[in-house]
This record gives sequence, structure tokens and C-alpha cells, in this order.
Amino acid sequence: MKTILFILQKEFTQIFRNKTMLPIIFVLPMVQLLILSFAATFEMKSIKIHIVDMDKTPQSREMISKFKGSKFFRIVNYSDAYKIAEKDLKTNKADVILQIPQHFEKMLIKEDKASVQLTINAINGSAAGLINAYTFSIIKDFNRNVLMDTYGQKLEMPIQTTSSYWYNPQLDYKIYMVPGILVLLVTIIGMFLSAMNVVREKEIGTIEQINVTPVHKYQFIAGKLIPFWVIAMFELAFGLLFAKLVFSIPIIGNLTTVFAVASVYILSVLGMGLFISTITNTQQQAMFIAWFFMMIFLLMSGLFTPVESMPDWAQKLNIINPIAYFIKVMRMVLLKGSGFGDVINPFISLVIYAVLSLTLAVRMYKKKS
Amino acid sequence: MTTQLINKSEIAANGKFSKAETVISVNNLYKKFGDFVANDNLSFDVYKGEIFGFLGANGAGKTTAIRILCGLSKPTSGKLNIAGFDGYKDTEKIKKSIGYMSQKFSLYEDLTVVENIRFYGGIYGLSRKEIKLRTEKLVEKLNLEEVKDKLIKDLPLGWRQKLAFSVAILHEPKIVFLDEPTGGVDPITRRQFWDMIYEAANNGITVFVTTHYMDEAEYCNRVSIMVDGKIAALDTPDGLMKTFSVHTMEEVFLKLARGVNNNE
Repeated sequence: MKTILFILQKEFTQIFRNKTMLPIIFVLPMVQLLILSFAATFEMKSIKIHIVDMDKTPQSREMISKFKGSKFFRIVNYSDAYKIAEKDLKTNKADVILQIPQHFEKMLIKEDKASVQLTINAINGSAAGLINAYTFSIIKDFNRNVLMDTYGQKLEMPIQTTSSYWYNPQLDYKIYMVPGILVLLVTIIGMFLSAMNVVREKEIGTIEQINVTPVHKYQFIAGKLIPFWVIAMFELAFGLLFAKLVFSIPIIGNLTTVFAVASVYILSVLGMGLFISTITNTQQQAMFIAWFFMMIFLLMSGLFTPVESMPDWAQKLNIINPIAYFIKVMRMVLLKGSGFGDVINPFISLVIYAVLSLTLAVRMYKKKS
Repeated sequence: MTTQLINKSEIAANGKFSKAETVISVNNLYKKFGDFVANDNLSFDVYKGEIFGFLGANGAGKTTAIRILCGLSKPTSGKLNIAGFDGYKDTEKIKKSIGYMSQKFSLYEDLTVVENIRFYGGIYGLSRKEIKLRTEKLVEKLNLEEVKDKLIKDLPLGWRQKLAFSVAILHEPKIVFLDEPTGGVDPITRRQFWDMIYEAANNGITVFVTTHYMDEAEYCNRVSIMVDGKIAALDTPDGLMKTFSVHTMEEVFLKLARGVNNNE
């Protein structure tokens, strides 16, 4: 134990003497949270709509005004020929075209039904889906008004759907993103910094010197991992505070649950970092391999795209993805207020992961050749 | 040619070294990497307080042997006893009884003098009080008062080497292994370095040293010369010069090395 304290003292001295360390700990989380949570958003504001009004009647104007009044849409152009609108779509001046055909009003009154045409730029599938949903809800609204005007009374549909958005009532994308980005931060600290630190001793040659001393493998590894564990936990606390103050992220669940799961999660990424350091000899190699794992785990984790829409095999692959577990837990606890009992399954998975990755890493670390 | 650093008869008089106590005992040691035999049937003894020179051309197998003696590498076969411990089973116990300073720099460049001493003292199990005491002594002895809180990377190479040696024997080991300790150091510092080696030997620490400087070889009590993984000669420097009827160690070395070339 005494030996570990001496190693810890040395590690902390070295870490904080490194001039890039403090910015990494304090500036990195702020910049990442700010940029990623504002920029990486699926929320559609001011969808650019081109309206082709071939009817030019009070009814068609009524419909147009509905779009005008919506904060989701910005009318970029009107025309009376579809050709012009198509050009706007091609040049990205418009995201969507709404075409109101001739005799729209006439049909509506005479036959009680009429149709409009919607053409959406669907290169980005999820954005197109959202545009469709937004447009649909406006037209539905319009429908209701028409029925009311026609029959002079409020008509109720036999079956009505009302949606209420739980856990994120304003559908604020930031609320969804920030917990995940905090996971990303903790992962960078855990995996990259620990891997690079051990490999650095290899590069300089001091590891050889340590290997001829009576320091045990577990002492050396504990001395290397504990500082980064502490820093990563601190980072999470700092990030949560920043997220709360700047983004007003709701923290509904119990923070003890978050930190309990985090403490195990960080161990599992530290294990991976250490493992990477045992199979590499230079910081450059370590960096590339850590980056490789990080990219795959991150893209599959559900941070940016929902796991549920991934193919079956990809979802199964997430069984070995610690990032996916922790993002899930963070969102559940912070946004839904899930208790420890609700996250027990991902927690157990992370415990298994931590045990396995650390065991593997310790076994791979050799004092002898 | 070489300036005599220290009067050799004086050393012999002061040296506590006697053949009474063996601290390194190597018998029929082999180390193979696949088909390549790096250490080919090495056998030698080193005694307490002795300065044992371990010479050889680059690639002769010196570093492999020294790594085995320090417990960094496992021998393929042969008997090995270091500081009274078995070289196969008790490597962790051996590590407590030895010090090691490699040609690669062994102190942490981003730590200060005092921090390095504290770290190495600590991992060898010295108490904080003891470390403080020995640090003060060492700082005074090496005249480091003004630089003791400076980072190692800001010190000149010669100072670093002397400090590295002092740190390697801070825990008072039975044996200290020095792997080309004076590489790249100026003659004055080298002289001071050898003064320190003699002092350590006089205090009963066995010094096992590799070097490429043949004048340094002459300061050793005994010298072994490795050629192609084998020990080609082992004797006192005077003995070796007599055997090969030459006047310097350099000539001994060249004769042995040439012998190999002729055989090839």
C-alpha cells in the first residue's frame, strides 16, 4: 500500500506538471458540450418550403397562412409552376415543395375532398421524416378548420390521437445529447490518457527501470489507473454541473446512481486503455488504436443515431460496447429519473466488462520478456 | 595514452573485496531466441565488493546477460544465483537486493531531483523519514543544493548520470548493475563517476559494469570479455594483458575480437 502511495504521488505530480493536462480537463468538456450539443441537432427549425399555389383561392391562401404561422417553416418562395419549385429543391434553396393544385377549393367544397402534393428532399432520411411529420400536422390542423366551417360545429373524430412527449416535453434535442456527450468525455479521459501514459514510459525507457525494482505488477497498474479514475470522475461531476448551469439539463434521477455506474464504467474503459498500452510501443500507435475502438463504439452506441434502428447484428454487437450501456444509463437516470433497480442490467454488464478488460490488461502487461 | 584516474595499488589496499563471499553465481547459462543463441554457456562468479567489468562488442550478448541477471528476462537453461536467491524462482526477492542503471536514461525528466529520489526510495520500501535523511545527505554530497528542485531535464548529462547512480544505490543494494553508465560523458565527470563506483565498492556493494571505454576496463578488479555470446576471457586486467602479452586492455580486446573475425 505504501508503495502505491509513492507511485500515486509521482503520477499526480507528472500529470499536473503536463501543461496540456489542465486545459484537457477543464476546457475540453466545455467546448465539446457547447459545440456538439448546439450543432449536432436533429431538431428542424425553419424548414425551407417552396409553395406552388395553382389555385389562388381563399382556401389555398388559408393553408399557406398556416405554414406562415408555423415556427418550423420558412417560406422561401411562391410560384405557380412546379418546374420553378423543382429548381429550388435541386439547388438546396428549398427542403420541401408544397403544391396546391388547381380547383383545390372547388373540390373541397363540392366533393368534400381535395389533395395537395408534397415533395421532400430525402437525402437525409431522418430529416425528411421530420419534415413530413411537421407538414402533416399542419395540414391536419387545416382539415379540422375546414370541417368546422363546413358543418358549422366542432367535429370530433371517432378516434383521436393525442400525443404527450414524456421526459423531454419540448422535444429539446440538447437534453437528449448532453448526457451522451458527458459519456464521450469520460471515455476520452479514461481510454486515451491512460493508454498514452503507460506507453510514454515505454517510449522513454523508464518502464525498464521500474521493472527491475520490487514494484509489483498490481501496484504499478493501480498507480497508473487510480489517477485517471479520479480525474474522470471529477470530469463527470464538472460536466454535469456545467450542463446543469448552461443547458439547464434536468437531473431527475439520483446522482448517486449515476456515479455508482460511472465508477464501474470508468474502470472498464481504463482496462481497455491499459490493454491498448500493452499491445503498442509508441504513443502514436496507442492513439490510433484507441481512436479506432472509440469511433466504432461511439457510432454504434446510440449517441447520434438510435440503436433501435440499427440492423439486428449491430444491436447484438452492442453487447460488447461499454459506451452504449453507459449512455443508456445516463439518459435513463438523468432524464427519466430511473432508479438503481431500473439500470441494474446495464450495471451488471459493465461490472463484467470492467472485470474482464482489467484482467486481460493485467495479464497482458509483462514485467519479463 | 590513458590517464590513470586512480592509483590501482591504492584501490587494492582499500578494497574490501575478497573471494570469501560469492554474490553472483552463473553456471552453464544459455539464452536462445529461436535458433539464435544470445548467451552461450556462460559460467562465472562475482564476489562481494568486487568491481566486475563486463565487456564485449555491440551484439555480443552483454545486454541479454545483464537483463537475465536483473530478472528482466528468463534464461533458457543454466543455474543462476543472485545475492543468494535463485534466478528462476526468486526474481522478486532479487529485485530488492539489486540496483540498476541503464544506458537509457532512468530518471524521470519531468520530476525534480528531490522527487526522483523520493519516488525510487519509496518503491524500494524506505520510510519517508529515511528518504528525507538520505536525500539531504545525497544533495550535500553531490552539491545539488541549488538544483534540487529543478527538473531533471534541465540538468547537464553528467549530473544526471551521477544522480542516477546515486539513486540506484540509495536503498543500499548488494549488487548494482551499470549498463554503459558513462556513455556520452566528459572525462572529468567520468573520473568523478568512477570515484563514486570505488566508494560504493568500498562500502561492500558489488559493481557489475559494462563499458565501451577500455581505460575504464582497467579500473575493474576483474574483467570478462564476451565474444559471440560466449565468455572468451575472464581475469584481472593485468592477468589479461600478460596472457595476451600486450600493454593495454584495448589491445586485449582487439586481439579477441579479431580472433573471431579470423574464424569466420
